[in-house]
Amino acid sequence: MSDSPTVPLIELNGLTKTYGIGDAAFQALKGIDLTIQRREFVAIMGASGSGKSTLMNVLGCLDTPTAGTYRYEGIAVQDLSTDERSLLRRYALGFVFQGFNLLPRTTSLDNVELPLLYRGVSRKERREKAVAALTSVGLPTKMDSTPAELSGGQQQRVAIARAIVTEPSTLFADEPTGNLDSVTTGDVMELLKRLNEERGITVLVVTHDDHVATYARRIVVIKDGLIESDVSQSQGGA
Amino acid sequence: MIWNAFVIALREISRNMTRAFLTVLGIFIGAAAIITMVTLGQGATLAVKAQISSLGNNLLTLRPGAGFGSRGASAGVPHFTEKDAVVIGEQIAGVAAVAPVRNASLSTIHLQNARVSVVTGTTPAYFEINKWKLAEGRLFTSADLRSGAAVCVIGNTVRKELFGSENPIGAKLRIGKASCEVIGLLVAKGQAGMGDQDDTIILPLSALQRRMVGKTSSHDISQISISAKDGVDSNALITEITAVMRQRRNLQRNEDNNFNIFDTRQIAETLGSTTQLMTLLLAAVAGVSLLVGGIGIMNIMLVSVTERTREIGIRLAIGATAREVLLQFLVEAVTLSCVGGVVGILLAFGLCAGLARLIQVPFNFNLQINVVAFVFAAAVGVLFGYAPARRAARLNPIDALRNE
Repeated sequence: MSDSPTVPLIELNGLTKTYGIGDAAFQALKGIDLTIQRREFVAIMGASGSGKSTLMNVLGCLDTPTAGTYRYEGIAVQDLSTDERSLLRRYALGFVFQGFNLLPRTTSLDNVELPLLYRGVSRKERREKAVAALTSVGLPTKMDSTPAELSGGQQQRVAIARAIVTEPSTLFADEPTGNLDSVTTGDVMELLKRLNEERGITVLVVTHDDHVATYARRIVVIKDGLIESDVSQSQGGA
Repeated sequence: MIWNAFVIALREISRNMTRAFLTVLGIFIGAAAIITMVTLGQGATLAVKAQISSLGNNLLTLRPGAGFGSRGASAGVPHFTEKDAVVIGEQIAGVAAVAPVRNASLSTIHLQNARVSVVTGTTPAYFEINKWKLAEGRLFTSADLRSGAAVCVIGNTVRKELFGSENPIGAKLRIGKASCEVIGLLVAKGQAGMGDQDDTIILPLSALQRRMVGKTSSHDISQISISAKDGVDSNALITEITAVMRQRRNLQRNEDNNFNIFDTRQIAETLGSTTQLMTLLLAAVAGVSLLVGGIGIMNIMLVSVTERTREIGIRLAIGATAREVLLQFLVEAVTLSCVGGVVGILLAFGLCAGLARLIQVPFNFNLQINVVAFVFAAAVGVLFGYAPARRAARLNPIDALRNE
């Protein structure tokens, strides 16, 4: 992976995504051109069904585009095999979901260690990194709690710790505050902003919440599968 | 990668002990059922065969009456004479030994212990023909037979009932009206299905006739035991004996036989095939229970498939490859299935040992059925554990995650 500043982190050209076939086909993305540089904090906004989550899933290699090109650090993602996309996620991407998606009955520490386990990191190093990640998201006392014992905000912070423990270049957050109250929403967004500023992680947040979007420095609005507007704001954060 | 899969799989099992337990339960019940039923079925077959062979392999028994077991037909039919036995022994080449037998139920008393025992008066050849072996003391001899000596040989049941822990050899036993010296104790044959063979007192025919029941007529022999020489066809022998006996009993051509010949080898074959059929039946029942166990496993797996599909989605999203996830699920399924199989084998071993004692059949560890049951139960577990995971791991991560 090249760190050359001339290659953008993410580059989409005419990206489309169609669900179903024939008469039942539905085009969720109708040709997206988008470039995102390293260290950006981008909010992708739009109404329900606008295609913003589809875009996020394709960007995060959780879903495959129907047509068009997607380059991640210059790599043609649309040409990668299933396993290669897994490896890209393993080594470069982190995810935070609206529904947290932590393993049930599994402690915070084990949840956060999981991506390191797939990376083949030693037991001792896994533990150290997981403890550090959980501490950095403000949960040093919840290491041995299972998701059922945590509040929504705490679960989301465990999920963020899991996403950043591998030190990814990009963090994808799909409606990360959708299940949280306004106070916790502020905490989570501050955390993402801090990760972006202090660690230089590129953050992409999908949201329909204007308040959440104010944390981003750039807002891309999607409507009916197309980019409606793409605005950079000088000052991130509310 | 394999080691990783083990670590992850074992962690996942330990976090879901209920699910693991239910899976293992289904497998081990199925495996234990099939092993137990087949092992006990085979034990029963062996027990019947052993019982038959303890009667004597080449044993023919000549009895009065038209057919085996039909008591009505033997009423009024004359019994045999001692001479009949002698003639059979002398005239028929295929006969190895022959012994006349007179049975009587008599009260037997030793000190304060009393019971009614079946008393058999016969000749020394009887022991050889019926495969009786001596545990202690001696058998009676031809000299005892000629003199009508008041001596007897007892079976193990009679020893237990009348003598308890006392050494019976040399002790006096009152049989009917006469007193008799116990000179020998027989090795126990055991009992299963055919009644208690060890409940017997054997003494010289002459002693029974003179001292206990009196010689009521020359036709006082209730059966004649005959053993065939090795390699002699029992059907041919039966034909010869039948011819001799028809002549000796003055039967006309149009008259039916008023005696019958009971061939233990035929009975052994019939019973052997019957018990084999029973074993097959038991195996079929056990197969059904294994199937039910398999359906139980399938249910557990299907119930947890939604949760597990999400788990697969999460694992794929954080960078696991489909192959790694499948390996994990395979290790989980194999581990649980093997644990279930081993527990099943252990449980079956305990059950077989206990039940074999209870129903008095021999318990032989059957390696083959243990292996078959283990492999089959484990295969069911692996199949139902792995198949849903295979489907889920093929999905796009986002589709697996959306599975609610």
